[in-house]
Amino acid sequence: MKKEWPLWEVFIRGQHGLNHRHVGSLHAPDAELALKNARDVYTRRREGVSIWVVPSTQITASDPGSKDSLFEPSKDKIYRHPSFYDIPEDVGKM
Amino acid sequence: MAMSGDIIANDILFEWLLRRGDTPLILGHRVSEWCGHSPVLEEDIALANVALDLIGQSRLWLTYAGEVEGKGRGENELAFLRDAWDFRNFLLAEQTNGDFGKTLMRQFLIDAYQVPFLAALESSGNERISEIAAKAGKEAVYHLDRSADLVIRLGDGTPESHKRMQTALDMLWAYTGEMFAGDAVDEAMFDASLAPKPENLRPQWQKTVDMVLDQATLKIPQSDFAHQGGLSGRHSEHLGHLLADMQFLQRAYPGATW
Repeated sequence: MKKEWPLWEVFIRGQHGLNHRHVGSLHAPDAELALKNARDVYTRRREGVSIWVVPSTQITASDPGSKDSLFEPSKDKIYRHPSFYDIPEDVGKM
Repeated sequence: MAMSGDIIANDILFEWLLRRGDTPLILGHRVSEWCGHSPVLEEDIALANVALDLIGQSRLWLTYAGEVEGKGRGENELAFLRDAWDFRNFLLAEQTNGDFGKTLMRQFLIDAYQVPFLAALESSGNERISEIAAKAGKEAVYHLDRSADLVIRLGDGTPESHKRMQTALDMLWAYTGEMFAGDAVDEAMFDASLAPKPENLRPQWQKTVDMVLDQATLKIPQSDFAHQGGLSGRHSEHLGHLLADMQFLQRAYPGATW
């Protein structure tokens, strides 16, 4: 095939999951078929109750080379974690 | 085992159940022949899923058929140890895969039948039948969604894909009439409120087919000629070859299990 179908990133919300999670990618000519293909490729074992597909080209990713400057600085700022507070049980998942 | 013997003779019910089980079995085997050979990975997996759905449906019907027959035959004996003339599938199901377009057209023409048929069976007076139909019906709806979508895309695609889809339709059309023919078995099932008359499903099937093929810019052949024989065991030459492949293991190594 000369022209490959565009790539799509697939996100699935599991049976009990709260968020859609990235599970992988696939090729499809358009969004509708990407959804169908995602259903067939990624939910064969009852993994999901909801699917999102996003054109891979629409995802802007941070540069792995800038990892140090982006993420290192927060490493020694543990006071940003709410680990010094007791969270009441009623609050549930945060 | 509670049989519906008081409503309908077991041999009639058995015959009818074989028809239900054999079409998905043979179609499922055909579709599984694509495994590892599809045009793209995504289609390969999707087709394998469809094949597995169909074979799963067949297992439910054939297991029940074996119980109704009461001769100790289960799904495996019925699937792997019968000869071609004992199979009751539609001739359409056993037609060869051809190219991807022909496979999809065959799938679409059968899916468009299975959806209304299984939906009607959900209100069957036989609980077992309605349970199987409810489960299979959900799968059929997805199969139809998928096959209709692809038939439209390829029919209304490039000149090459359009030509292939039209060729497939012309080739398979004469096998569609058999699905609505009906006979004494169907009549008896209908009279006992166990199943719909096949001919009564035609308007719904026709509506789906007209709509999809119109969108696919394909022309429905004008001929009304319909091949028949699948329901009485007179099959096309393709079934024997298919069975030789499908049944090889059980024939060569009787009773072999995983």
